[in-house]
Amino acid sequence: MNVRLYVWQRLTAALILPLLLVHLIVIFYAMRKGFSAADILGRTRGSVAWALFYGAFVSAVAVHAPIGLRTVLIEWTRLRPRSCDLIVIGFGIVIAALGSRAVAAVVLP
Amino acid sequence: MTGTLDVSLWRGAAEGSFRRYQVPWRENQTVLDVVTWVQRNLDATLSYRFACRVGMCGSCAMTVNGRPRWTCRTHVSKVAANGRLTIGPLQNLPVIKDLATDMQPFFEKWQTAKGAFAPSKSRTDPIETIVPGSAGRLAADAAIECINCAVCYAACDTVRWNPDYLGPAALNRAWTLVNDVRDAANVERLAAAAANGGCHACHSHQSCQEHCPLALNPTASIAGLKRRAAQAYLTSTIKL
Repeated sequence: MNVRLYVWQRLTAALILPLLLVHLIVIFYAMRKGFSAADILGRTRGSVAWALFYGAFVSAVAVHAPIGLRTVLIEWTRLRPRSCDLIVIGFGIVIAALGSRAVAAVVLP
Repeated sequence: MTGTLDVSLWRGAAEGSFRRYQVPWRENQTVLDVVTWVQRNLDATLSYRFACRVGMCGSCAMTVNGRPRWTCRTHVSKVAANGRLTIGPLQNLPVIKDLATDMQPFFEKWQTAKGAFAPSKSRTDPIETIVPGSAGRLAADAAIECINCAVCYAACDTVRWNPDYLGPAALNRAWTLVNDVRDAANVERLAAAAANGGCHACHSHQSCQEHCPLALNPTASIAGLKRRAAQAYLTSTIKL
């Protein structure tokens, strides 16, 4: 960990926290209202606001999680730091790709 | 208090084993007294390190019943209520022989963290006025009494897991100098603290402050360094 990674991890954490709370509240709201999948997709498809919300969420997680995983790999494995970097960059790309696919599925018209 | 202590001492280097000794149990006996008694009466080949015997030099730290401690300031009665003592070398440092560790990595990291004072004035300049109650001086004073015994270094999980981590003592020292208005090397020092293995690698487990014999709080010093280094990075005062 160095100061650049530290700042990115803290900034993304500060972004993730409120987004996560809204995400959880939305889940509880949808469950209590008994919304079907069609009800939910009817609200999210074509919505720029939900696209921005979950787009920001996925972007922040795709940066935040690999930084934490890098520390775990450096401290708990015998991998060299460069190898850890390559692994977590791949991990971040996978998170970004899967997350973007999920966001596209619920917001694209 | 009388009787016999059942003492296990580490013999060997990285490879080795604990060997048991029977030592007379006396009142007001320190752990260092026990080690010395074994060396003088049972086995002259036992290696260990000490100097002042009064908690000033930082030479005699060892692992006593699983915890890093100054052996000269640890009374047997405090740690061996059942009459058993297990004494090994400090952890997280290479063992030279028996209870003596090689402190070189510890002091090399101290240098890497720019632990040496860099004067900003010559002898012809007037003496800097330091206000004792100023925020910087208070922060430095809170951390300045470290004698580099390496107890915190031996207690630190992050040091154990990450060989590049500078460790609590070196970063605590850097924090005292960052708060010293007379020092001229704080940009380099913050850059060293901000690099890989620097202050941001600390997980704030606080083992350092839990075990410090002087009740210093290196975790707080490291937290201060994290803030100061992040500010310096965000304002482009330092670069990686």
